[in-house]
Amino acid sequence: MSSTLSTPRVAWLALPGAGYLALAFALPLAVLLATSFQDADGRFGVQGYAAFFSDVYNAQVVWNTLKIAAVVTLICLVIGYPVAFAMARASLPVQGLMFLTLILPLSVGVIVKSFAWTILLRSNGLVNQLLLGAGLVDEPVKLLFNERGLIVAAVHVFLPFMVLPIFTVARQIDSRLAEAAATLGAHPLHTLARVTWPLSLPGVVTGCAFVFSMAVSMYVIPALLIGDRYQTLPALMARAYLFMRDRQAGSTLAVVLLAIAVLIVVGSTWLTRRLQARTQNAGDAT
Amino acid sequence: MKNAFSPSRIAGSLLLAATAVFMLAPLVVVVLVSFSSSSVFNLPSGNWSWRWYEAMLRKDGLGATLTLSVMVASAATIAALVLGTLCAIAIEQGRFAGREALLAFLVSPLLMPGLVIGVALLQALRALGITDVFWALLVGHIVITLPYVTRTVHASLALFDMRLIEAAQTLGLSRRQALLQVMVPALAPAFLTSGLFAFLASMDNYPISIFLTDARSKTLPIEILHYLEESPDPTIAAISACLILLAVVVLFIAERLVGMRRLAQF
Repeated sequence: MSSTLSTPRVAWLALPGAGYLALAFALPLAVLLATSFQDADGRFGVQGYAAFFSDVYNAQVVWNTLKIAAVVTLICLVIGYPVAFAMARASLPVQGLMFLTLILPLSVGVIVKSFAWTILLRSNGLVNQLLLGAGLVDEPVKLLFNERGLIVAAVHVFLPFMVLPIFTVARQIDSRLAEAAATLGAHPLHTLARVTWPLSLPGVVTGCAFVFSMAVSMYVIPALLIGDRYQTLPALMARAYLFMRDRQAGSTLAVVLLAIAVLIVVGSTWLTRRLQARTQNAGDAT
Repeated sequence: MKNAFSPSRIAGSLLLAATAVFMLAPLVVVVLVSFSSSSVFNLPSGNWSWRWYEAMLRKDGLGATLTLSVMVASAATIAALVLGTLCAIAIEQGRFAGREALLAFLVSPLLMPGLVIGVALLQALRALGITDVFWALLVGHIVITLPYVTRTVHASLALFDMRLIEAAQTLGLSRRQALLQVMVPALAPAFLTSGLFAFLASMDNYPISIFLTDARSKTLPIEILHYLEESPDPTIAAISACLILLAVVVLFIAERLVGMRRLAQF
């Protein structure tokens, strides 16, 4: 592409923004990393991490955090995948309406949404009234102050981040491919496994990476839906800093959380690149 | 073409309808509860009332909190628009190695845990001796709003045909006029949507702000969570209903000017 702006000087326009992020984002994170290797007397070492990982309770918290994030991601995928495809095949007015129902909650704050679920999930709340009314249960189900409610609220908050990337891919998949497979006698499940699913993988990877990384670091949703007793990695970290004033423990926890986030980003980027390369190779072969 | 009433289409429609209900029900319930007359979280059964909105207006400190939140969000959005647009132009138009990597770096705050960024900033600002809540919040909120602008404006620039600028110059406009009259209007939707989303993200931010505020100056999300712990009554539903209204207004403006599809670019 030719351009009138394209001079070597244009690159310098990125300097204020990139410099700002380097100073206000990257540098503080680097200092945090250094702090986690420093004990109260200023000596360097891995004692913080040794203490952290030798504590069975901490290991349990890390495991719980990863488990709940995985469950939320899986449920978002199981619901979001068919929803994205149904959206891609729907008429334009219906698509517009569905965008609205996904983006409006996305623009409403996470605190408001979590608060809304605390109202809905009460033992005398709307959800229980509906369950009782439909005769599905005999007595109110306990949905608040436990993991069930947390999962419902988290799925609600993160579902748009799963549906939208998959929708972007689903829209580009030619529906005639599936029809062609059907014409050739393929079973719908076979078509899904061999044609549709592989083609939609880039969207699935992006969606899962978004949802998992946000679910690992969620703080407000568990705090409101379950309360302080429920310990996740973010809650433990916030407590170490805000109440215990333990800088080393806090920064160790922060670095563990950061490492998980970086792993997800690097892993999903690598996976997306590989998938794209494979699709391109397949395209070249035909 | 497949039959419109085939089983798969009906199943698809039902699925979409159920999803719409699931996504919107919580917001509708909050708005309804805010108009109830009872002091527990009940849906109004015939008795509609404005009492929780009146209670909201009487609440101490809410005005100062709202002012702080709006000021930080506005300042952060303006700073992000300026810095982010410059970055987007540099990456799209510059000829230098590592442009992809630079874009990834500029968007990366969105993917890092907010609490971790908050803790890191807290340490850094303490080391620098910055204790003023407004400035501390502004520093943190620019970090999280900048990626929205960079990403959206960059995507929009990538679609913009720079030959239009040359064409305008051929037709007699100066380069400066051509940029202002051709490129700026073409990018206006991107400025608007990313600006609106940056503003909402800043207004809603809890994980970074919790580390940068103090007992005297709080932002809206922190104050709401504080109310919830202290005295949970439908006043919070009224405040929440106002925030939902804000989101609806913002979306309405964006939809009018850009269209719903452009809002959902991932």
